[in-house]
Amino acid sequence: MPDSLQRIVIVGATSSIAEHCARLWATGHRPVEGALALTLVGRDAGRLERVAADLRVRGATVLVRTVDFSDPRAIRLLTDGIVADGMPQQVLIAHGSLPDQQQCQRDLAAAYEALDVNGVSPVLFAEAFAGHMEPVGGVITIIGSVAGDRGRRSNYVYGAAKGLVTRYAQGLQHRLAGSGSNLKVVLVKPGPTATPMTAHLPQKGLAPVEQVARQIVDGSAAGKPVVYAPGKWFVIMMIIRHLPAFVFNKMNI
Amino acid sequence: MVKVSSWGRLDSHEHDLVPLSDRDQAVRAVAGSRGLAQGNARSYGDVCLNPDGRLWRMTGLDRFIAFDPATGRLRCEAGVLLRNIQRMSIARGWLLPVTPGTQMITVGGAIANDVHGKNHHVLGSFGDHVLGLRLARTDGRVIDCGPDIEPGWFAATVGGMGLTGVIVEAELQLRRVSGPWLVTDTVPYRNLDEFFALADSSEAGWEQTVSWVDCLSGIGRGLFFRANLAGIPDREAQSGRKPKRVPFVPPVSLVNGLSLRAFNETYYRANVLKAGYAIAHFEKYTYPLDNLHDWNRMYGPRGFYQYQSVVPREAGRVAIQAMLETIKASGQGSFLAVLKTFGDRASRGMMSFPRPGVTLALDFPNRGERTNALFDRLDAIVRDAGGRIYAAKDARMPRDLFESGYPRLAEFLQYRDPGISSSMSRRLIGS
Ligand SMILES: Cc1cc2nc3c(=O)[nH]c(=O)nc-3n(C[C@H](O)[C@H](O)[C@H](O)COP(=O)(O)OP(=O)(O)OC[C@H]3O[C@@H](n4cnc5c(N)ncnc54)[C@H](O)[C@@H]3O)c2cc1C
Repeated sequence: MPDSLQRIVIVGATSSIAEHCARLWATGHRPVEGALALTLVGRDAGRLERVAADLRVRGATVLVRTVDFSDPRAIRLLTDGIVADGMPQQVLIAHGSLPDQQQCQRDLAAAYEALDVNGVSPVLFAEAFAGHMEPVGGVITIIGSVAGDRGRRSNYVYGAAKGLVTRYAQGLQHRLAGSGSNLKVVLVKPGPTATPMTAHLPQKGLAPVEQVARQIVDGSAAGKPVVYAPGKWFVIMMIIRHLPAFVFNKMNI
Repeated sequence: MVKVSSWGRLDSHEHDLVPLSDRDQAVRAVAGSRGLAQGNARSYGDVCLNPDGRLWRMTGLDRFIAFDPATGRLRCEAGVLLRNIQRMSIARGWLLPVTPGTQMITVGGAIANDVHGKNHHVLGSFGDHVLGLRLARTDGRVIDCGPDIEPGWFAATVGGMGLTGVIVEAELQLRRVSGPWLVTDTVPYRNLDEFFALADSSEAGWEQTVSWVDCLSGIGRGLFFRANLAGIPDREAQSGRKPKRVPFVPPVSLVNGLSLRAFNETYYRANVLKAGYAIAHFEKYTYPLDNLHDWNRMYGPRGFYQYQSVVPREAGRVAIQAMLETIKASGQGSFLAVLKTFGDRASRGMMSFPRPGVTLALDFPNRGERTNALFDRLDAIVRDAGGRIYAAKDARMPRDLFESGYPRLAEFLQYRDPGISSSMSRRLIGS
């Protein structure tokens, strides 16, 4: 393959936010140098193919790969394989699922799965790609959440997993800054977004997924360390993080 | 339950809103359930509402499935917006053959209302370019149909107001175009005779024809717009306009007798001065309101109706004249007043609105009884002329006018999905 090929890998590509990022890349919202090839990674081959077909009509070259998101060995094999085909310039790690907090409190298996898919698994993917990409540079974008900024009674298991992602991204950024690598790590913290994951919630106040995707694609291109999407969540979470516990604990959020 | 209203914003009702986002999941969600598919809710009245019931919101089913740039055949999910199709296909030299006055509608909604555009006399309605579709029924059946496969199901579903099942995906035939540009011509007319003469003489040479009529003049003066695709290639990638938004719902309708009279006078005179040829980008010319987001808010908190009828050509001249006089006498109406002839072709759908004749469409701010009284008078004219009212725009037509306007109703009802019901079907069909 020619060197000018721009490779973007999207892990969790069937998630609505990831799919909308892929559409923006496919339609040249941020024009890349050379031809673009997308590699979509997901769990469900059928759903991945449906997303891939759509992106192909929009003009992208697309490969799909399935993997078990909670198997470290499978993650290692997959990332090694993808890199062997050609080093990606960008990786977007976007998988996750919004668990039911009450159920996590009752059922440890549900809590474990929520921590695994939202916290451990994204970290393993990032670590695997970072190892390959550190010498050559590029961008790894990880989708965290505003829920990771402070634990709240309404979703602290999810928040804890996203908090893990936050600390991990900080540490990786620190490591790369020290090594002088050209690899950038972008941590995106979306606020509540209108996606199938939040379809059961009242839709008022949810950000349109297109808007969040645009901020992710632009934030990645700029290599920003942290992107709140929409930007107002930077201010809201600043306040929430700094509320003293005696005030915060009285709030029903 | 969430409150949902349609484009006319007449009222809002509690709905159990179920967003669908995957084709397989959609088929499973519909099976054994009861509800109604909703596209982008750009219908004015109650055809896309199911108060206190379930609404399957289709806009998450927005994926392309396959496109062949050699033949222009596109397969896509039913929730894809027409705008996304056109923006994808124009770069490859194709566009949808038929679109309505807004691109912000879904493929499913376009089929279910068998929408028409300005080129009806050349290309018919949306359903004429549907090669096939997949229908999910509440009894769990999945029916693939098209003009030649299961043609009965197809003819019932095109224009079927969502009542035959949920359209999950469709295959469309696009048309080849040389670029996004149109040659346009604006011709003022002073009365209905001039309008009909212009319509007759334009249909052969112009593919798009439509007119704005001054609904307060009573005599039928207006502006005739005609356009053809221009053979010039792309001059710039996008039409490049920044969208504007009506920021809030004003406490009263901004559309009243005073503002309307002033607008119509100014609009007519300004365009008389500008009459003649021009080059325009198709998006800007064909969908002028798409870049003014939420313009439906300007009618105030009580919302508005659109009244669109079609009457046969022979009776058309007299009926349109009578309607315009009635509207003038009532002092109601709006700047959105469209007069257009349909071509001499029957639609594929049993319940499709377009039929040979002349169609008049007007927005009316909701003024309660006064507006209803006006509609009763207009109904009488449409009924006498043997015409019909467009379900996509309707929220109030009487049942007898529905039955007389749509003579294939009994045949259509054999294809009805008993698990699907809308506010409109309960009002006009009884279930
Ligand atoms: C500014 C403006 C201009 C317009 N101009 C025109 C015009 O020029 N010509 C014209 O014909 N119309 C016109 N319309 C009306 C509009 O084109 C129709 O109402 C269209 O059907 C709306 O599509 P939608 O996707 O918003 O569907 P909705 O309004 O949400 O639904 C319309 C119908 O389609 C059904 N439906 C939607 N999706 C599906 C599905 N997947 N399966 C089964 N049934 C489904 C619904 O149940 C409902 O009966 C205009 C509307 C606006 C707002």
